[in-house]
Amino acid sequence: MEFKNPQEELERFRSRLAVAGGFVLFCFTLLFIRFVWLQIIQHDYYQTRAEDNRISLVPIVPNRGLILDRNGVVLALNYSAYTLEITPSKIGDLEQVIDGLEQIIDIQPKDRKRFKKLLDESRNFESLPIRTRLTDEEVAKFIAHRYRFPGVDIKARLFRQYPGGAFASHLLGYIGRVNDRDLEKIEEKEQDANYRGTEHFGKTGLEQRYEFELHGNTGFEQVEVDAGGRAVRTLARTAPVAGNNLTLTVDAELQRIAEQAFGDRRGALVAIEPSTGGILALVAVPNYDPNLFVDGIDTQNWKELNESPDKPMVNRALNGAYPPGSTFKPFMALGALTIGKRRSEQLISDPGFFNFGGHHFRDDKKGGHGMVDMYQSIVQSCDTYYYMLANDMGIDNISAFMGQLGLGSRTGIDIDGESEGVLPSQEWKRKRFKKPEQQKWYAGETISIGIGQGYNAYTPIQLAHATAILANNGVVFRPHLVKFIADTRTGARTLIEPQPTRKLGLKAEHVEVIRNAMVGVNKEGTGARAFAGAEYVSAGKTGTAQVYSLKGADYKAGSVKHELRDHALFIAFAPADAPKIALAVLVENGGFGAQAAAPIARQVLDYYLLGKRPKAPAPIDEAAVEEDEE
Amino acid sequence: MNRDRGLGMIRDLAQRLVAPIDPPLMLIAGLLVLLAIGVMGSASPERLNAQLMNVAVALVVMRALAQIPPQRLMHLAVPVYLLGMLLLVAVALFGDVSKGARRWLNLGFMRAQPSELMKIAMPLLLAWFFQQREAMPRLRDYGIAAVLLLLPVALIARQPDLGTAILVLAAGFYVIFFAGLSWKIMAGMVVAGLAAAPLAWNLLHDYQRNRIITLFDPEKDPLGKGFHIIQSTIAIGSGGIFGKGWREGTQAQLEFIPERHTDFIFAVFSEEFGLFGNLLLLVLYALLIGRGLMIAANAATLFSRLLAGAVTMIFFTYAFVNMGMVSGILPVVGVPLPLISYGGTALVTLFIGIGILMSIHGHRMLVQK
Repeated sequence: MEFKNPQEELERFRSRLAVAGGFVLFCFTLLFIRFVWLQIIQHDYYQTRAEDNRISLVPIVPNRGLILDRNGVVLALNYSAYTLEITPSKIGDLEQVIDGLEQIIDIQPKDRKRFKKLLDESRNFESLPIRTRLTDEEVAKFIAHRYRFPGVDIKARLFRQYPGGAFASHLLGYIGRVNDRDLEKIEEKEQDANYRGTEHFGKTGLEQRYEFELHGNTGFEQVEVDAGGRAVRTLARTAPVAGNNLTLTVDAELQRIAEQAFGDRRGALVAIEPSTGGILALVAVPNYDPNLFVDGIDTQNWKELNESPDKPMVNRALNGAYPPGSTFKPFMALGALTIGKRRSEQLISDPGFFNFGGHHFRDDKKGGHGMVDMYQSIVQSCDTYYYMLANDMGIDNISAFMGQLGLGSRTGIDIDGESEGVLPSQEWKRKRFKKPEQQKWYAGETISIGIGQGYNAYTPIQLAHATAILANNGVVFRPHLVKFIADTRTGARTLIEPQPTRKLGLKAEHVEVIRNAMVGVNKEGTGARAFAGAEYVSAGKTGTAQVYSLKGADYKAGSVKHELRDHALFIAFAPADAPKIALAVLVENGGFGAQAAAPIARQVLDYYLLGKRPKAPAPIDEAAVEEDEE
Repeated sequence: MNRDRGLGMIRDLAQRLVAPIDPPLMLIAGLLVLLAIGVMGSASPERLNAQLMNVAVALVVMRALAQIPPQRLMHLAVPVYLLGMLLLVAVALFGDVSKGARRWLNLGFMRAQPSELMKIAMPLLLAWFFQQREAMPRLRDYGIAAVLLLLPVALIARQPDLGTAILVLAAGFYVIFFAGLSWKIMAGMVVAGLAAAPLAWNLLHDYQRNRIITLFDPEKDPLGKGFHIIQSTIAIGSGGIFGKGWREGTQAQLEFIPERHTDFIFAVFSEEFGLFGNLLLLVLYALLIGRGLMIAANAATLFSRLLAGAVTMIFFTYAFVNMGMVSGILPVVGVPLPLISYGGTALVTLFIGIGILMSIHGHRMLVQK
């Protein structure tokens, strides 16, 4: 056993203390080196990271531009409201949170449904509204309970509002929450940065077409945020620039009168200022309330709108293609004059039918109209005249001329998704059908084209456009809704369509013949009853488009189902010598054009030219018939 | 006359009150506490009063211990250790769970954290143990010491409280080291440890391995534990040479630094006072440790020496592990910054250590006589 040697033991202990002291110094030196590394050598890097931590760029969404009518009436505006929003990624059980919220704030089942729909369509980490338009009281209530709901917050947001409700919805369109397709468009336009923070995007109508004009420039706020992401203070701010305002060519009052003139009937009306192409009214009824879409539409409303047999979501003015019926005749006559197939005074004999290859093409008037010149053919709407004319002109001449009037092609109106319609031609048929025997054009098919039936199918805007071209002596303006775009800051205006797009080589005397004949229609022809007592001279033409092929039997309106009744059409322009307005009216299953469509046109013209306001929707003139003097 | 006598009595009283206190140690500890109050005023002003209360209590405890002669402390060694063990077992059986760990024992009138007691009880017991060996300690004695050490360490590590386990283990190891454990054995232990590591690694579950990986590489888990260390290194690095200024640290004030009044308070300090602040802190700790080691060197008995040496090195362990972890060179374990982090228990423990050092220093001559 080794005994203690106190001195030796003390020495050894002290040497151990020295070792420990050395170790301490060594370790502290290591720490110091580490601090030098972090605080001197890597300082810039960590400085940047600290700044990135605390400074957050918060986008400030600009006010969306307003949409105004030609007289400054506001059709789409913004209002500020509080919304209650949930960030799904920040909360656990969604149902539980909503149940909890329901205790303090009124949340309807439809709010839940709408929220679910938003959730399905949303991008991740988005904050989604469960309730919009909170009252001040509700805001106060929630704030008192906010600590219980992490991931739920109140936000002040600007909302789009369409004060007219369903009014003019098919031309205004609506905005809805940004979806993947919208994001692609944003990327395509390289607007990603400008759309940071933007939650809405134009989905249809003008809101869609002028999205990038209406949106404005997003502002940015440099805010200091804490670790929880809460803003502590603002460091710098770049103000947003509000979107540009759209001023339309549309006259809101005229639009309203035109919409009301339809009553509860389905149809479309397009009124154009011939000298500019500016659209004065664009009606498609029934319509829908675009306000429903702004906060995200709930499933029930969505279902109702989509499943309604009246198809309120379809913009009939641009996407409905209808046979033009007899409204085609003035254009046929003008084509015949232009290519020299008829002179206006040339008479034909109408026995009540036209025989082609053993087939009788019947005239509406039994026994026929007798000897008919071009004027009478339009005023009386003589079918036989146009059977013969179509046969004489041939399908390719017809389609070439009608093509110049813009029929069968998109008019270029500033709303997306316009339909082309069908302008039949040999080439069209070749492309349209697959079997060789169907691809061939038969001369017999040309006959009914002459009276606006057969393969003919045009949109109401095409008919209105063609009427405007006629009224404007062949000078073509692109139909457009926006008159000018105004920069909200500078007030600078960008005019949309100041120049005519093309001129058709129409002879003034030819146009004059047609104009006279159409004036005759409203004076002594099929339009005379609707325009009785008018204090202006108007030019018009009625039309009735067959929905149902009668195969030789007599058509009796009462005996066919409503959906199979004929569509009523009417085209007009006025005043006849210096037209200020040209229009096309279509009433689905309205029967004769003179019955249902012409009275609507009368109300619209009366208001536009005389300022007369109708007391009730346009009447249905049961006594009027397609052919006079029957 | 009366007045002079009265003044004299007060002076006497004051002298007797101050007598056991070692001025250098008190000065250094005082400076550190002042720093602590300054940092607390930035990191968590609402806790300033509470921490001042803690300081007051700790100073009273320190003063009380400074007067107790080491021999009396030695008599307490076994009972305190046994009490500590008993409480640790009780915690394991009936302890309260807080933040996923079973550390607290509810005694009805207060909640106690027995592992904290072990930080002092451990070196006390081992110092007593080696004092009992009349002869040069033999290998068997080291073995017994190791068992006495590892029992409570295992119980604490199981809670789990890795930080305290490391501190207790270190405290005990320092005693054994100062008692003269041969370098060969220590080298052998290091080699054995290294050799066993891969074996132990293979026995771990995947989630346990992931935890260890995160411990060493926080960027792997930037949202979880790694977030703390990433944010604290950003705080330190962005502090630069001179710091951002008191209460000007963005990482601290905007709450990016987690646990900023407790384990991560060093990040707050470092961000606001920079490299110079860090250097000051290192110097103060070095002086504290230096003074402690000096006291150990001059202590009267083996027990006093071992205890003083180990207690001093506890301060070092706290400081090094905490600053190393916050600056990202050591894995994250829950160890506070000594005398600076918020918390009464740790502060009292540390001032008990200082009190013990003062007692040993104050009684160095008495025993030798």
